[in-house]
Amino acid sequence: MPTYLDFEKPIEAIDEEVKKAQEIEENSGVDTSKTVKELEKKLKTTIKGIYSELTPWQRVQLSRHPERPYSLDYINHITDGTFIELHGDRNVKDDKAMIGGFGMIDGQTVMFVGQQKGVNTKQRQYRNFGMPNPEGYRKALRLFKLAEKFNKPIVTLIDTPGAFPGLEAEERGQGEAIARNIYEMMNIKVPIICIIIGEGASGGALGIGVGDQVVMLENSWYSVISPENCSTILWRSWDFKEKAAEQLNLTSSDMKALKIIDEIVKEPLGGAHRNREEVFANVKACIQKNITKYQKVEASKLVSKRIDKFCDMGVYKGR
Amino acid sequence: MGWFKREKQGITTTTGEKKEIKEGLWYKCPKCQSVVSSDEHKETLNVCKTCGHHERITAEDYFNLLFDGKYTEIAKGLKSDDPLKFEDTKKYVDRVKAVEEKTGLKDAIRVAHGKIESQTAVIAAMDFGFIGGSMGSVVGEKIARAVDKAIATESPLIIISKSGGARMMEAGLSLMQMAKTSAKLNQLSEAGLPYISLLTDPTTGGVTASFAMLGDINIAEPNALIAFAGPRVVKETIGRDLPEGFQRSEFVLEHGFLDLIVERKDLKSKIAQLMAQFAN
Repeated sequence: MPTYLDFEKPIEAIDEEVKKAQEIEENSGVDTSKTVKELEKKLKTTIKGIYSELTPWQRVQLSRHPERPYSLDYINHITDGTFIELHGDRNVKDDKAMIGGFGMIDGQTVMFVGQQKGVNTKQRQYRNFGMPNPEGYRKALRLFKLAEKFNKPIVTLIDTPGAFPGLEAEERGQGEAIARNIYEMMNIKVPIICIIIGEGASGGALGIGVGDQVVMLENSWYSVISPENCSTILWRSWDFKEKAAEQLNLTSSDMKALKIIDEIVKEPLGGAHRNREEVFANVKACIQKNITKYQKVEASKLVSKRIDKFCDMGVYKGR
Repeated sequence: MGWFKREKQGITTTTGEKKEIKEGLWYKCPKCQSVVSSDEHKETLNVCKTCGHHERITAEDYFNLLFDGKYTEIAKGLKSDDPLKFEDTKKYVDRVKAVEEKTGLKDAIRVAHGKIESQTAVIAAMDFGFIGGSMGSVVGEKIARAVDKAIATESPLIIISKSGGARMMEAGLSLMQMAKTSAKLNQLSEAGLPYISLLTDPTTGGVTASFAMLGDINIAEPNALIAFAGPRVVKETIGRDLPEGFQRSEFVLEHGFLDLIVERKDLKSKIAQLMAQFAN
């Protein structure tokens, strides 16, 4: 059974009508193709109507849609099954919330690193809901260095509600692990393309989010805090999350306007989950285009441009 | 019937026993409750004589503590803008204005250069009194200027962190200050200049997860709270009580993330010594 978000109810109703019409045709042989065609037309305009005026909070909901593709879905599809997952930070353990390894895109080896969420309750627990521990960030850094050593471009896929705020995470230096990654990623001498595919929450996202091209999927979000936590802290109540989502300017178009990200990748009508093939193709095209672009830049220039880009960020007045 | 019965009605503490102290003249340690005169407290650098509790002090206090007398503040006029027109229960611009009036500060960090035991140095020191020492665009830019100054004068950089983390009201822009400051530290490193990070109570969130943890040397004052996620959040996550001393300087040193813990009275000589070791 597909999941529908609260604002998708009109879509669900039409989907059901279509299904009913098809059932009638199957069971009684009555030709319903005309009705189905009309319904599908209606479906398209309904989806268009809803999706043309999504609020920031609705986009946040979409970014967490349970059927939305996760990192491994993208990687396995884009690399056509050539992805080999590499494990462990060579230090304490293997973090299941952070995955990575080499895969091929049309003959080109690429290092993929990303946060991974689970598709069912058991998997979600296994993946710690996509919240990495310090060893996740340290594994990521190990793989970045490996890619640099063999001159392979890096693609990171960001999808996390935040770095894990647990006791052991603090003991093992969550802050240091993220800081180290941000610092080191500035200086990695191969192209880095970062794509926020779902949730981009705070330092947990930025810990693998420093790149030459930072890209957001149309219905993803990226900010310093989740709208719920922002609401809890600033309004002292969970109830202002819609308002917080607006105030945080966390959507892809807001972030592009603020020049914090470089590019937006279009999602299929109705969101990434409604047409996976299409979103995979869009993301693949984006990766290929940017790898080609940045592979032409000399390594030292690549790094200094990356550093300059982040140094220019911020809005202030006075001298 | 109730389990407890109040035998005497009303408040029974006599006025003489009340432990309220007139502000200004005396300092009462929040940790051990001992009382000293304000003058005496100042003499011990706002550290409790009895239990060693390090009271939070301002950027200016650190400048006076560390520099040999005079110092020059830079980028004094930088102020936060409000590109997101952020509004929660209060407008961000009004919040900034109110805290400016209350503290006389322009933002949560100040940068100055001068000499520490005759060696030139640049110090960027945070003020917790300005929206919880939170990092927005101005903090990021001032650290950038501090790095530029250090490179221009071939001086070591000292950043004194004291912050609740990134400033929510600048949202994505605040987050990017973590990247910006780390980018600038790459430039400092490229120039071969030392960066000493001093973590003071409290250093948490996005500041811990960027420049505060990136020192060539990481120093902390005793018993400072140093964390990525604050203790309340961790406690909620794990659903049980936290161990004694969790996320305090001594704990963080034991887990390998600090080089040393230095009492406030020894800060100047210790930092000067480290600077000399890098220089010679």
